[in-house]
Amino acid sequence: MEPFTKLTAVAVPIDMSNVDTDQIIPARFLALPREQAKLGLFHDIRRDAAKQLKPDFPPNRPEYAGAAILVAARNFGCGSSREHAVSVLKDNGFRAFVAPSFGDIFHNNCYQNGVLPIVVGEERAATLRALLAAQPGATMTVDLAAQTLAGPDGIVDKFPIDSFRKDCLLRGQDDISFTLGHAAEIAAFEAAHGRELSWL
Amino acid sequence: MAEALSLFEKIWRRHVVIARPDGYTLLHVDRQLLHDGSWQAFEKLAARGIKMRRPDRHFATPDHFTSTAAESIDAIDDPIRRRVVDAIVANTAREGVQLFGLGDPRRGIVHVVGPEQGITQPGLLMVCGDSHTATHGALGALAFGIGASEVAHVMATQAIWQKKPKTMRITVDGRLGPGIVAKDVILAIIARIGAGGGVGHVLEYAGAAIRGLSIEGRLTLCNMSIEAGARAGMVAPDEKTFAYLEGRPFAPKGDEWRKAMDFWRGLPSDPGAMFDAEVTLDGDAIAPMVTWGTSPEDAAPVTATVPDPSSYSDAVKQEGVRRALDYMGLKAGQKLTDIAVDRVFIGSCTNARIEDLRAAAAVAKGRRAVVRAWAVPGSGLVKRQAEAEGLDRIFRDAGFEWREPGCSMCVGMNGDTVDAGQRCASTSNRNFVGRQGPGARTHLMSPAMAAAAAVTGRFTDVRKLGAA
Ligand code: SF4
Repeated sequence: MEPFTKLTAVAVPIDMSNVDTDQIIPARFLALPREQAKLGLFHDIRRDAAKQLKPDFPPNRPEYAGAAILVAARNFGCGSSREHAVSVLKDNGFRAFVAPSFGDIFHNNCYQNGVLPIVVGEERAATLRALLAAQPGATMTVDLAAQTLAGPDGIVDKFPIDSFRKDCLLRGQDDISFTLGHAAEIAAFEAAHGRELSWL
Repeated sequence: MAEALSLFEKIWRRHVVIARPDGYTLLHVDRQLLHDGSWQAFEKLAARGIKMRRPDRHFATPDHFTSTAAESIDAIDDPIRRRVVDAIVANTAREGVQLFGLGDPRRGIVHVVGPEQGITQPGLLMVCGDSHTATHGALGALAFGIGASEVAHVMATQAIWQKKPKTMRITVDGRLGPGIVAKDVILAIIARIGAGGGVGHVLEYAGAAIRGLSIEGRLTLCNMSIEAGARAGMVAPDEKTFAYLEGRPFAPKGDEWRKAMDFWRGLPSDPGAMFDAEVTLDGDAIAPMVTWGTSPEDAAPVTATVPDPSSYSDAVKQEGVRRALDYMGLKAGQKLTDIAVDRVFIGSCTNARIEDLRAAAAVAKGRRAVVRAWAVPGSGLVKRQAEAEGLDRIFRDAGFEWREPGCSMCVGMNGDTVDAGQRCASTSNRNFVGRQGPGARTHLMSPAMAAAAAVTGRFTDVRKLGAA
């Protein structure tokens, strides 16, 4: 996994709450190879009934080309556990998501893929979306070490992140190698637990 | 006096392998369930040359991509889907994992199979690469869905890193009225707390109305915890739980059964246990529920009308409702019972167990479906049981299609989809945009309500349907 340190990039707003994982990547793309699955990002919500790209859906607009930051509304990524929701966003260039809240599993899946979910207040998220809509193509800056997020208005917010997740992202380390380093503790736990729950 | 602990807290503490000072905890996983979507995790593991640590703690069954037309690999006409179902056979054989494969009557939707086989038990920590893993909490397990990388992590380490969630107790007092079932209760709960209301929490369902639910009802209830944004949902084990488990293939036997029972009896939340949040609902006031929008929180009693977007105070929600009504082809103020349906789907891990099929068949009996209606059992064993009881005949005589088990039209990954613009009365758990196919309009409800929609062609208050 490549480390996540600092990122300055175009940010795109999505002004809808409860954007679920079926909207991010519809089920019919899930069995496809990664390069094809990538084309399924927002497939159904970015089109109208006549299958034309909606001009008022910001990710469709050329001004936001190359966006690597997405600013959403509450409960972004709710719904299924499909990790494609994160990997397809990542394969389309996104490295950081900003929202007042995230679907739990989506949130965890972000860390597994080296992308950063940032929780900001409801009002700040709304302000950021409005600013980005008013100045399409504006950039934002994320500094993970400092835990700061700078908006297009120059206002810098601190954001919280667990030190475990922060370290893993900064180093680009994934959980499996880290946990395998604890094999002795796992084995000791299993021996004792196995005696207690002997029927398993 | 000992500290008063919740059910969740007791299970959590027993599974801690490593607790870091920053709150991240490595938890031991007792059992992981796998399905045909788990090929990604197997690939991730294989790419790193790692073997599974405890294949004996894993159970697998294909469900998402299987055909419901016939119980065979050849019935899967799409080569990509076929490859996915083939992969689970090869992967489980290579690693030595118990598979309930195509043709095995024990096969079915992973969340139906776990409890049915007695794999799911009180006090266990269980995971699965599927968000509806919370289903298993109905038996008093701590069970939650994880992503593919985490599935691979559990395969490699039999453990998972978690930050401790908060707890929320949802108490449903009183008695459910006639015809009111677990599906109505959970939709009423989600309508109350919202699709994000449970984010960061594990829910414990309590109260007289919950205790009164059968185990199958509790499975329906816990299944949709994720639709409230929650990590997991649980019900404390009781005599009903033990009676349900006794004699199931993977449940303990003999002395081990007695030892397990001692452990299980100590699990329910202690009197005075603290929860981070408390919600209370009046069970007597719950009516048959139907969703009208594109989020499970958009649920209302069938006696209500489609809401007016401007009746919401929150601007984002107003816009969301406007968009939802547009997608659903509905107008504010329309009576829900005036809405006509094109399709009916009775199935999914929410409502495809035997009691669900009995409830739907009771409504279908002696009537005729006026729209295309499907009944898809949750497992091969549910299908057999239903056939032994003659439910398949009732459905067929009423013009329903009786199909092979699988996820089917819940998610449409196997090709069972609802056409664009069609309206489907569905017993599944998600009414998301495009969930049942591009442009499909999904309305969630109980099995009896879905059957009532099939025979009347519109949403119908099942309490008013009368005798056939
Ligand atoms: S029935 Fe639906 S919700 Fe349940 S596991 Fe299958 S796809 Fe997921």
